[in-house]
Amino acid sequence: MSGQLARTPLYEEHVALGARMVSFAGYEMPVQYSGITEEHQAVRSSAGVFDVCHMAEFRVFGFGAFDFLQGLLTNDLARIAGVGSAQYTLMCDEDGGIIDDLIVYHTGDLEYLVIANAANRQTDLDWLRAHCPPDVTLADDVVAEHRRGGGIVELADESDHTGLIAVQGPKALRIIRELAGPGFEPPARFHIAEARLDTVPVLLARTGYTGEDGVEIVCHATHAAAIWRMLLSFPEVTPCGLGARDTLRLEMGYHLYGSDMDRGVDPVSAGLGWVVPQKGADFVGSEAIARIRSEGPAYRLTGLVVEGAIPRPGCIVLHDGEEVGKVASGTFSPTLRTGIATAYLPVSLVEPGTELSVAIRRKTAPARVERPPFVKGTSLS
Amino acid sequence: MYPSDLKYDKEHEWVRLEGDIAIIGISHFAQNQLGEVVYVDLPSEGDSVNAGEAFGEIESVKSVSELYSPADGEIVKVNASLSDAPEVVNEDPYGEGWMIQVKLADPSQIDGLLSAEEYEAFVSEEA
Repeated sequence: MSGQLARTPLYEEHVALGARMVSFAGYEMPVQYSGITEEHQAVRSSAGVFDVCHMAEFRVFGFGAFDFLQGLLTNDLARIAGVGSAQYTLMCDEDGGIIDDLIVYHTGDLEYLVIANAANRQTDLDWLRAHCPPDVTLADDVVAEHRRGGGIVELADESDHTGLIAVQGPKALRIIRELAGPGFEPPARFHIAEARLDTVPVLLARTGYTGEDGVEIVCHATHAAAIWRMLLSFPEVTPCGLGARDTLRLEMGYHLYGSDMDRGVDPVSAGLGWVVPQKGADFVGSEAIARIRSEGPAYRLTGLVVEGAIPRPGCIVLHDGEEVGKVASGTFSPTLRTGIATAYLPVSLVEPGTELSVAIRRKTAPARVERPPFVKGTSLS
Repeated sequence: MYPSDLKYDKEHEWVRLEGDIAIIGISHFAQNQLGEVVYVDLPSEGDSVNAGEAFGEIESVKSVSELYSPADGEIVKVNASLSDAPEVVNEDPYGEGWMIQVKLADPSQIDGLLSAEEYEAFVSEEA
C-alpha cells in the first residue's frame, strides 16, 4: 500500500473505543474492538454496528439513468422499477469477468444510488464512464445536452461526503424504530426509505452483509459520528469491526470481492447466476455469460466445512490426494465452532456431501462440501 | 500480568523452571493480542525442540502465529486438553493454559531469558 491511508468520519470514535486499526482498501479501519467472537455473537443474538463509510457511493441521475445502468449491470433493473426498491447486481467486462458486485437502490424518479466496494471505486468509475451505452450521454454540460435531446445521465461520486453505518442483528429494527420515532414504518427487505434518526435526515436501506435483519444507514459524512453515538447509547448495541464482518458474511456464504471473485471469474462459476437473468438481457458481458451458462462452467465456487483445523485463503484442497483447488475465503465459524471455507472446485466435486481434504500447513484436515449458508436460522431466514 | 517467578522471551513465551524441566506457555500479552484462541497445534511427546525454532502454532479467528521454543531439549509432556479447550490459553495463560514441558539439554539457557520486569518493559514498547 503506497501513500497515506484515508480515514472515515468515524476514525476518532474507533480510537476512543480502543479499536485495533488495520489498513483495508486504502483506509485505516477497525478490525476489532472487544474481540471478533464477542462481536460476532452480539450480531447473531442482539445488535452490532459497523463503520462501512469506506464503501463507495455513486449517484446516477437523469432521463438516461435506467438505460445507462441496464446496459452495464447484469441484473434486470426493471425488477426494481418501483422507487424505494433495491437489488444486488454485478458489473462485468466483455468476457463476463466480474469487475465489482454492487447494490443498486432506486432512490427517486430518474435516480439510482449505487453502493460499491471501496477498493473498486476508481475502477468502477472509469468503467462506467468508458462504457456508457451509445444512446446515453454522460453529462458534462447538462444544459447543452438537454438541447440535443436523448438520454442524459449525471454520474456523481458521492463517496467522500457520504457516511454509511450498518446496524445488524435481531434487535436492530427495534433500535431504529426507537430512534425514528412514532409513525415510522421501516422499509421492507431490499428497500430503502427516507427517515430521521432523532433530527438527522438519513436514508435507511433494509440490506446488510451479516445474515441478520437490520439496516444500512446512509447519511451525510458530517452526521456519521452523531448517528454512531446514538446507536451506541443503546446497551444492546456492540461496535463491530472488519473481523466480525468477515466471519458473519462467510457463515452466510456471501461473496467477498477480491477473495471469492474477481475479474478472472464469471458470475456462473462464482455461483452468482441468480443475478444474471436468463433471457433477453443485453449488457456488457451478456453474450459471454450466456455462452458459459449453456456450455456449463468448468469450476464452481463451493462451500466447505473443515474439521479440526482452520482453512485460510490459499490452502490447497485435495481429492484422493490430488490438488483440485485452493481456498478462496476461509475462517473459523464462531457459531458452528468449526472451519468454513469457499473454494473453486471442478464441477464434478461440488455435490453436497463430497468428501475432500484441505492441506493446512503440516497436516491435512477432512472437508465436506456443503451448500451455504453454513449457518441457518438467523433472523433473516 | 507477568508473574515474577517466570522467565520470558521476545516471542512472548513464558518458562517456568522445575529442576531440569521447563514448562512453556504464552504470555498474557500474547493471548490478549491474539484474541480468542480457537486452535492450538502442538508437537508430540518425544520430539526435540531447539531454541528459537517453531514447535507449534496457535490460531485465533483471524490469524495464525507460530510458537517458538526458548530453549533446546526434548518434549516430555504436551497439554493435550488444549485441543478440546483452546480458550483456556486466554483464561489462564500461566496455569491451565501451559503448552509443553521440555527436558532441557542445558538449564542454564533459561538464565539468558528476560525477567518479568524486563519483559514488561519490552512489551510496553511493542504495544
